[in-house]
Amino acid sequence: MTRKQWLLSGFVAFTCLASTAAVAGPIENYSPVTAQRLENPEPSNWMLYRRTYDGQGYSPLDQINSSNVKNLTPVWTFATGVVEGHEAPPIVNNGVMFVATPMGQVIAVNARTGDEYWRYKRQLPDDLFQLHPTSRGVGLWEDKLYLATTDDHVVALDAKTGKVVWDTKVQDYKKGQYMTLMPLIVDGKVIVGGSGGEFGIRGYVAAYDAKDGKELWRTYTIPGEGEPGHDTWQGEDWKNGGGSAWMTGNYDKETKTIYWGVGNAAPWPGEMHPGDNLYTSSVLALDPNNGKIKTHHQYHQNDSWDWDEVEAPMLIDLQRDGRNIKSLVHPGRDAIFWVLERTPTKINYVAGWPFVSTDVWKGIDAESGRPIADPAHKPVVGKRVEFCPSLWGGKDWPSAAYSQRTGLVYVPANENFCGGFTGEKLPLKPGELWLGTKPEDIGLIAKPGADHFGELQAWDPTTGKKVWQHNFPKSQLFGSVTATAGDLVFVGGTNDRNFRAFNAKTGELLWEQKTNSGIMGMPVSYEIDGTQYIAIQSGWGVDAQRIQDALATNNIGIESNVPQGGAIWVFALKK
Amino acid sequence: MPSSSSNIITSSPSSESAAEPEAGACAEQTRRTLLLGALATTACLGCSAQARAGEDPPGSDERPKKGDLLVFSEGDQEGKVVTAADVPPGSPPVHAWPKDPKTSVVRSASRLNEILIIRLDPAELDEQTRARAIDGIIAYSAICSHAGCPVTAWVKSDVGDKEVFKCMCHNSEYDPRAGAQVVFGPAPRRLAALPLTLADGSLSVAGNFVGKVGGAQPG
Repeated sequence: MTRKQWLLSGFVAFTCLASTAAVAGPIENYSPVTAQRLENPEPSNWMLYRRTYDGQGYSPLDQINSSNVKNLTPVWTFATGVVEGHEAPPIVNNGVMFVATPMGQVIAVNARTGDEYWRYKRQLPDDLFQLHPTSRGVGLWEDKLYLATTDDHVVALDAKTGKVVWDTKVQDYKKGQYMTLMPLIVDGKVIVGGSGGEFGIRGYVAAYDAKDGKELWRTYTIPGEGEPGHDTWQGEDWKNGGGSAWMTGNYDKETKTIYWGVGNAAPWPGEMHPGDNLYTSSVLALDPNNGKIKTHHQYHQNDSWDWDEVEAPMLIDLQRDGRNIKSLVHPGRDAIFWVLERTPTKINYVAGWPFVSTDVWKGIDAESGRPIADPAHKPVVGKRVEFCPSLWGGKDWPSAAYSQRTGLVYVPANENFCGGFTGEKLPLKPGELWLGTKPEDIGLIAKPGADHFGELQAWDPTTGKKVWQHNFPKSQLFGSVTATAGDLVFVGGTNDRNFRAFNAKTGELLWEQKTNSGIMGMPVSYEIDGTQYIAIQSGWGVDAQRIQDALATNNIGIESNVPQGGAIWVFALKK
Repeated sequence: MPSSSSNIITSSPSSESAAEPEAGACAEQTRRTLLLGALATTACLGCSAQARAGEDPPGSDERPKKGDLLVFSEGDQEGKVVTAADVPPGSPPVHAWPKDPKTSVVRSASRLNEILIIRLDPAELDEQTRARAIDGIIAYSAICSHAGCPVTAWVKSDVGDKEVFKCMCHNSEYDPRAGAQVVFGPAPRRLAALPLTLADGSLSVAGNFVGKVGGAQPG
């Protein structure tokens, strides 16, 4: 390169919003990702948020199993160089790993050796208000990857080099619009949902052409005038009604239907937005070709607790009451374990039961599945109301998993937490928080005498019976769960920085490894040259730390100081 | 630097396709090029955000300048000039924007310009803080150095007996008596300080921000 070229390329770097540093790249012999590969992924790979479109979070690999997991040992680690919540699963495609981190980074590494190929660093705007500085991963399609950013862009990167192929602005971050989810890729469409319910936005799910970033469709989660469901709102409430859609959807490849979770209504107290408030705290069934809403189910109406139900339900074939059911299973933030039936035209309520203690629900209507709220524990304006569980719910966004071997659903739950706040009518200012209460008024109350908080639960969705439970005495559980065919369940999520493996059948703790930071990330499993690996990001922050800080104020012997700083950890059996 | 403008970005929901980046743009770079780029970026950290053409008057996104007045940014007195009497001892901080006294332009087009003003006992202030204060009145950036959230609360510290500025996003706390140094939470550095003086009884900016305004970027 001549001196002039150096200077020119330096100028180009300055004018870009991001830089890509190559260390050992470019990647050679990259395997293009196709619809067929995503619909029937090789057991050795982890290319979707939960590995498969059904969202089960299950790996069919079984080299690492309940008998030998005690020999699991780190084979490489990799520092990401940033703090805050590392929530993304390491995405693996035939030996290449892509990791998204907070602050708009994507790192490509050799999944066997941990050597870096390239690193993309987005230059986020100086005035960005990052309430949730995180990313939940990159989607794959053909020879590109797709990142949704906290400054509300979708970015396509060349998988081999990390170069930006296209960069599309979705909405305006200055108005509280942002994204943290891993895009769902279906047939060449990059499908994302917006965050920002806390800012009084109107939620949406939108699709972009994977080739060029052109917007193909956008479906608002809050129906506008003339649309079905609009009559569940009063006046102008719908315009700022929340319903953000900030988690990756799941996909029924047989019926070509996307199931997408929708967040809570805004602001929090229900009396500030009377009505059922469709489609908040719901699951939407969407046509991926045009975004049309095929049908929906609302888990609970007129949300007042910040209980968004954004984790998409798992698609599981079940036998219940003597019949086969194509189900949707969703352990909700609202403390109810929901079992629904999906049909091409309708979602039917099947069963629901509380999986942690709650004083909010007095029961569930057996026909409609509509839960019945106790007014004494429903927040209102002008009076402090307390409720159990807390605003983080029975289970927040961290994913549950389903094992096809045990038939059990594994839930990262939290028990013995309650919350409370005083509703207050506050003016809406675009780009500023609009919760319907002052943030400093939000409380998390540990129940007096509680002997534990986090619970890893195993439920039989066919009977509604809990099969086992592991309690965490001094910690919340705030990390996603992954199950494997080795009859193992992997989870981090605790403030002691441990990564753990449990016997999927019995709940026995079989293995644990202390890591650099607390783990909020999602465990994945992959295989290269006959060796099975388990990978996880360790990096504490965001809501896990918020809960930690709140716990520390309860004078129960819990400190707030969980070290931050991200790292990828990869494990295999000791040879 | 430009916050969200580039030749490779499209605005949605327009029907325009996202353009291909220019050849070589944002391409794989050597370490030396990255360093050059990093230097350029660093040199631009104090630049103002790009004004939204046609919406905001000139100067409304520029950082506070010497001689600017301060006006309430919220509440019943929004837009009114802040006087020393508006900041009584023992009261929570006033949130304010700088205002150019010559053009009457309020610099509210960038959230990075929001300011916290509070009056404390001068005896409680450290030497450096006292030098920037007027009768115990001191001013700081209202933008948290962790993730760029607004610092909205004035509450008793989680780690002491005194009241502190608190960012409710991620619980960082700052002690305004000691240059807004971080006393709790993930914030990596103190809030930027804004020197003050008095002009006909009104508070006036005496100089540029001391320190960086805004959240952290990855290194």
